[in-house]
Amino acid sequence: MRIPLSWLREYAQVPADASAEDVMNELVKVGLEEEDVHRPTDSITGPIVVGQVLSIVKEEQTNGKTINWCQVRVVPEGQPQTLTNEGIDPSGVQGIICGAHNFVAGDKVVVTLPGAVLPGDFRITPRKTYGHISAGMIASSRELGIGDDHDGIIVLSRLGLDPEVGTDAMELLGLYDQAAEINVTPDRSYAFSIRGVAREYAHATGTTFTDPASLVTVDAATAEGHPVKLQDAAGIYGVPGCDRFVTRKVTGINPALPTPPWMASRLNLAGMRSISLVVDISNYVMLELGQPLHFYDADKLTGAITVRRANPCETLKTLDTKERKLHVEDLLITDESGAIGVAGVMGGSATEVSDTTTSVLIEAAHFEPISIARSRRRHKLPSEASKRFERGVDWEVADEAAQRAVDLLVQLADGTATTEITDAGTRPAPTLIDLPAGFASALIGIEYTDEQITWALGEIGAQLEEIEGGLRVTAPSWRPDLATKQDLVEEIARLVGYHLIPATLPTAPPGRGYSRVQSQRRRVVAALADAGLTEVLSYPFVTKAQNNTFGAPEAGDVAAVKLNNPLSSEYGFMRTSILPGLLGIARRNHGRGFRDLALYEAGQVFLPGEVLGTSSIPPLGIRPSEEELEALYNGLPHQPTHIAAVLTGHDSPVAAEHTPRVYDWADALDAAKLVGDVLGVEVVVSQGSHQAFHPGRTAALALRDGTFIGYAGELHPKLLAELDLPERTVAMEINADELFEAAADVIVAKEISTYPISTQDVALVVDEGIVASDVLEALREGAGELLEDIALFDVYSGTGIEDGKKSLAFGLRFRATDRTLTADEASEARAAATALAAERFGAVQR
Amino acid sequence: MSEPTSPETAVLDGLVPVVPHPTDEVGVNVAVQAALAAFAAAGNLDELKSARLAHSGEKSPLSLANREIGRLDKSEKAVAGKLMGASRGRVNKALADRTAVLEAEDAARILVEETVDVTAAPRRRRAGARHPLSTLQDRVSDIFVGMGWEIAEGPEVESEWFNFDALNFAPDHPAREMQDTFFIDPVDSHLLLRTHTSPVQVRSMLEREVPMYVLCPGRVYRTDELDATHTPVFHQFEGLAIDKNLTMADLRGTLEHFARQMFGDDASIRLRPNFFPFTEPSAELDIWHPGAKGGPRWIEWGGCGMVNPNVLRAAGIDPEEYSGFAFGMGVERTLMFRNEVPDMHDMIEGDIRFSEHFGMEI
Repeated sequence: MRIPLSWLREYAQVPADASAEDVMNELVKVGLEEEDVHRPTDSITGPIVVGQVLSIVKEEQTNGKTINWCQVRVVPEGQPQTLTNEGIDPSGVQGIICGAHNFVAGDKVVVTLPGAVLPGDFRITPRKTYGHISAGMIASSRELGIGDDHDGIIVLSRLGLDPEVGTDAMELLGLYDQAAEINVTPDRSYAFSIRGVAREYAHATGTTFTDPASLVTVDAATAEGHPVKLQDAAGIYGVPGCDRFVTRKVTGINPALPTPPWMASRLNLAGMRSISLVVDISNYVMLELGQPLHFYDADKLTGAITVRRANPCETLKTLDTKERKLHVEDLLITDESGAIGVAGVMGGSATEVSDTTTSVLIEAAHFEPISIARSRRRHKLPSEASKRFERGVDWEVADEAAQRAVDLLVQLADGTATTEITDAGTRPAPTLIDLPAGFASALIGIEYTDEQITWALGEIGAQLEEIEGGLRVTAPSWRPDLATKQDLVEEIARLVGYHLIPATLPTAPPGRGYSRVQSQRRRVVAALADAGLTEVLSYPFVTKAQNNTFGAPEAGDVAAVKLNNPLSSEYGFMRTSILPGLLGIARRNHGRGFRDLALYEAGQVFLPGEVLGTSSIPPLGIRPSEEELEALYNGLPHQPTHIAAVLTGHDSPVAAEHTPRVYDWADALDAAKLVGDVLGVEVVVSQGSHQAFHPGRTAALALRDGTFIGYAGELHPKLLAELDLPERTVAMEINADELFEAAADVIVAKEISTYPISTQDVALVVDEGIVASDVLEALREGAGELLEDIALFDVYSGTGIEDGKKSLAFGLRFRATDRTLTADEASEARAAATALAAERFGAVQR
Repeated sequence: MSEPTSPETAVLDGLVPVVPHPTDEVGVNVAVQAALAAFAAAGNLDELKSARLAHSGEKSPLSLANREIGRLDKSEKAVAGKLMGASRGRVNKALADRTAVLEAEDAARILVEETVDVTAAPRRRRAGARHPLSTLQDRVSDIFVGMGWEIAEGPEVESEWFNFDALNFAPDHPAREMQDTFFIDPVDSHLLLRTHTSPVQVRSMLEREVPMYVLCPGRVYRTDELDATHTPVFHQFEGLAIDKNLTMADLRGTLEHFARQMFGDDASIRLRPNFFPFTEPSAELDIWHPGAKGGPRWIEWGGCGMVNPNVLRAAGIDPEEYSGFAFGMGVERTLMFRNEVPDMHDMIEGDIRFSEHFGMEI
């Protein structure tokens, strides 16, 4: 909402030297946040004065155009010219070339003199053109940035003005005014008006507020008023769609009359273009009082007006000349010809006010907000009117606003007020709120006095009645947002001042610290960074193809959560894997010149379950039943935390005295195993297969109990080529939730034996297809309890090893907890180990 | 009395040594002085070895003289033994002393020779880094856990009821539209990407016992195009306290305590009236940031207020018995003005330089 200060000053005491910034600094204290300042003088400077055209010489040019060579008096005759800018003639008469033709000698016009600057940094200087020195410009409203009218220059007499030559035209056109733009929160519908903001300004500053609605004298409704029927007693949620419909009829309007500059200037500053006097009056009253009005061309109406819901298949051609299919929930204004407007949203073109309209029927109605909001959304027709109706308009102000419009039409448009006055509808019951004594103090933590409370509530316009144990408060009609005692407390707190609220620190009951999963996640995420990986956060929006590639081991459509209104239709799905986003970030970094990358991300992935959502949602303000809650929980996709990593290039920076290692498939496994190590959970590796990974270099990762947790290995070369990532880039992705859950609550200590170690190595030849981890498991099992540790330290095939076979070398460490092992005992255990490996895999000792 | 010098010692010494008679105090002393001088002159362990062979080796004058003692008669033996013993002792001590000195010098020299250019040291281990948005969320969580609060989390794809209705956003209220929501397809599934972390507060109220003090950090979504100050995916932390007799002063005190831990003891906060469906009264929260770039100033930080009774009712909590306060701030915004991040793109693009600059801290 933009507030021209000259307008605000009419109803609140704003200091004469206050700027828009000063006003905003006051308004922010009561909750109207500053947005912007609009000040014509930021882009226009004078001298811009009233001039009188003394003579016009029409000169035809070779290009076919006719220009006017004008002599324009810019200081009153007999007075000296006091301006001395270059190009200003001391005689007080300027020679000016003008291309417009809508004026004659003798007209008073707006002259921008040399030295003036117009919007767009357009500097006025004397310049040679069409064989003359043109020393100034006769301005149009468009050139001054105050209107769209470019049919010609401003002729002041046509604005009903006859100022003295030499008068400051900027003053005359309201160009010294400025507007404060404030952000109005959805609860403060009344602040979408000068009336509301003036009241708030008075709250903020403690000055006097004059209610503009109180300045009009409303004529009472009459029997000959335009017939109006309200046929929507129980609309949405059983609330009537329209509970007040005031009409006034004004005749004899002179449609040729212009909008006076003060009104045009205020509308302009308020962000609305001046269109025609009649339309401008309608907008002016809406801005001033907050009541949207609709003007019908009274001669185009057919019989009685009925407010009702649309019939099936009904249509309406709206003001924007679009034929609209109406919905049965749309609230309509109709006459005997059919629909003439969607209530509170947009009127119909058939009854529209035109530049020949001489009689208008003014509508000032009160509509139910939800109905208006839905129609506005349905027809995508946001307007100044719907904005106000959706948030709630003062029921009481309708007749006053209609009267104000009548008065302005009479004053400015030569109109005649008729006695055809209708006021249909029923006043809703006022909102009564009981405010228990002491409640405000208890909620805010300030000991408010009774005087402060009655003052604050009185200020906002509430009626107060003392009742047993407190106050009964009647909310003002313009404050539909006030419904509860908490609402009243906010009013008291903000008027007395939020800055007075003290600071006390409440003591929380003894807390339990981080939950187990929270601690686990923190440790894991920190450990990966400790291990040299860099954490990144990618957007979880992915393409269908990305989900199909990364979300399942084999090709096919992967079930995914789809967005209804994505920012990009391509990236219209929620990720089922973190890798697409992570690889995108790897690609970006690679493109920026970073060849060695070790990235990871921990975050949610989205896996739809059998049910998606709920067909309805419980109402607000009450706790849903257990069944309803159960349905809400069950309707959500499964959203486990995944951890993924991508590595490429070298494990450390190239440096003197140091040869960095190139990341390979094992580093991807290592990252996954690290997560397990940190949590004390074993990650079991087996040969895996996944379409995004190299078919021979993929590990399937699982828990000891067989629960699958993810994949690690080298990415598929074809995929890397498509992604424009380096060959041999490796990756892993695991479901961290499974690991968190598998971690032991209590780790039981292991006995530490201090007896000497007995080390035995063994090299076994097996078929190439047999995986090392299986052989290692067999050895471990066969070796029995004396085996403390076992490690694979060499894999060999080639000379000395039969084709199709490989040699695996293991180091076994034996130790007993109660004695020093003899060489025989260790050898026996080793023999038992190799025997089991031989039995299972035909392993032969080298 | 003398004996012919052996060719060997002559070569060693470069001059013909004279073997003194073991009772010849002057002659022995000359040999001793010669030995001491040779040891002192030895500049390194090799030279000292030569000097030792020449002056206390088996063929050295003193050794040869000593060997003569056996042949002396009894009366001379005692004199010679005493003279030779003392002399050889002096020589051996001088040798040991000189050896110690030269060995120490040698060790020191080796260390000097082993000097490296420490400024040319390689980094053998890549230094990893956390994303500052994560680190900042951890920091905020630590502060509240330190105050006895607990941390609550929830799903990002959320039911419309938790995101709006439970928070007192009426179905047709304009505030519901202001949230620029991503809806899940189909729309009548009533699922969305949570627009704030407040649904976690509702879940907490449904699942936990009162009194309750919880902080909900997490990722949220709004349909804003990415630019220097907006991103469709961002992070928030929201706090919720429900207890008997909580006041707006308690809210202020909590926020002030938090602000000082984040921005230093000189930080303070300011509340301005505002509107949120889920709080009443509601306030906008500004922070006085003493270390702000360009000088100390007020910065808009977030929203807060006293929990709307309808929100308590939606969770089955009696608003006549309990009151509560809630607040919420953006993590990105906090990082932007606390750590002077000029552009949102830096936070979301995943450029490793952004994370690595912060390392593990914030």
